[in-house]
Amino acid sequence: MEQTMTGIGVRARRVSYTRHALAVRIMHWINVVSLTILFMSGLNIFNAHPALYWGKSSYTGRPAVLEMNAMQLPDGTVKGITRIGDHVFDTTGVLGASRDRAGEWSARGFPWWITIPDNRWLSMARTWHFFFAWLFVLNGLAYLVYIVASRHLARDLWPTREDWRSIGRSVIDHLKFKHPTGEAAKRYNVLQKIAYLVVIFGMLPLIALMGVGMSPRLDTIFAGWVDLFGGRQSVRTIHFIIAWLLVAFVAIHVFEVLISGAWNHIRSMITGRYVVDEEVRS
Amino acid sequence: MIRDAVPPRRRFMRHVLGSAGALILAGCDRLSSTEWFPKLLGQAEYLSQGAAKVFARKTMAKEYTAADLSPQFRSNGTAEPNNAEYRALAMNGFADYRLVIDGLVEQPARLALTDLKALPSRTQITRHDCVEGWSAIGKWQGARLSAVLNMVRPKPNARYVVFHCADPMEDDGTEPYYESIDLDDAYHEQTILAYMLNDRALPVQNGAPIRLRVERQLGYKHAKYVMRVELVESFAAMRGGKGGYWEDQGYQWYAGI
Repeated sequence: MEQTMTGIGVRARRVSYTRHALAVRIMHWINVVSLTILFMSGLNIFNAHPALYWGKSSYTGRPAVLEMNAMQLPDGTVKGITRIGDHVFDTTGVLGASRDRAGEWSARGFPWWITIPDNRWLSMARTWHFFFAWLFVLNGLAYLVYIVASRHLARDLWPTREDWRSIGRSVIDHLKFKHPTGEAAKRYNVLQKIAYLVVIFGMLPLIALMGVGMSPRLDTIFAGWVDLFGGRQSVRTIHFIIAWLLVAFVAIHVFEVLISGAWNHIRSMITGRYVVDEEVRS
Repeated sequence: MIRDAVPPRRRFMRHVLGSAGALILAGCDRLSSTEWFPKLLGQAEYLSQGAAKVFARKTMAKEYTAADLSPQFRSNGTAEPNNAEYRALAMNGFADYRLVIDGLVEQPARLALTDLKALPSRTQITRHDCVEGWSAIGKWQGARLSAVLNMVRPKPNARYVVFHCADPMEDDGTEPYYESIDLDDAYHEQTILAYMLNDRALPVQNGAPIRLRVERQLGYKHAKYVMRVELVESFAAMRGGKGGYWEDQGYQWYAGI
């Protein structure tokens, strides 16, 4: 596709190219579906015991690090209380106690609209969680093999020397919501690369490993390895924290997509096609 | 009028996103109540079980030290079986208790607590992980299940060990708890019929007089109040057919995850 725009001495030519390979597009969307379901079924599992601890067990003599509780007041109203360390918050309606789908008050960690299934149903939540955990892990392994073998990692994701030098500039651009155009828009910027690498090689493998660490069977592969992370309950807490860090990543990721040409970006992750304005000096 | 300040297009997008979210949620919940979908998702259990057999077949659960013991070992599920026969046994300090071992064995047996205590035993400080998410660390002592099995000699077609318990799960006294494990777990070094917790006789709230310890699996596999050990080729025709009380309610038979 080509389209000329008038300008003085500079012509911009709209060119389109395949930004994301088919394999990446498929794996991206499998990941979106699995992570969403893992997150929501995970919160349902959390609701079975809405407290987090640090250490090898939950009963160490020390209180929970985080705890959600419901409290009934003398007048019959229900309050949701969330405690993090020494800080106590009234989280009625969202955490600790909230209305279920039918409008009835119930004692529960996270509310119905963020959990799968919507009601307290631990066995079903586990069934969802472990199916999509396998899908997520197998998809993730396929992705790792792909990005190495296709050189997508080396070519597009690994920061270049120039990238590192431009990091200050990139920070300022991000704060000003300024996005690269033309040829530069074809490449990921350095902050974007770092964010992707942290997610791909840090957060995602770690959350999967922490999931494995909660398995009383798989934690025996090397007896005591979970204790390197503080113990099984610490592993559960880390799993929970990374899940929310991933939510934060997704929020920023989606925000950046929306403000830098939403349709162009979304289309490029579906059909592959991405359009940039190429400057041609006449 | 703040509401009117939102451009119609953005309002439309909000509605679309909101409805899409609600639709997906409703879809997930509808799928949960079908018969075929959870069954399909449940196939992943075979992957988990396969991974355990490949990577952790004979591994040992981590054993802790006295410093790691939970101040009090939490009681979950039944704390006091609603069963007259059991209560009579408890009143008498389980002097009349006999553990029945039968099914596909050459030599069925009835063992008193003193017989069990005379068998090769094992003491271990292990972590108990509940399916709900919490963990507690306790010190257990009990007869090795492998010693019991060697005594009764399972027949070649025996594949599972079923534990029948004294605690009814329904208020009307029906649906006694039961559980089952495979022979790999049954012969595992750390699998014991525990009669001691934290150096004292196993309390009623934790499963007196005998509780299964099958380390490397979640808490609900660790049957309390065990009255009878039955060797079977298959549990498909037993009760709900899934090999355990919670399994019949939809929980995974393989509870190593």
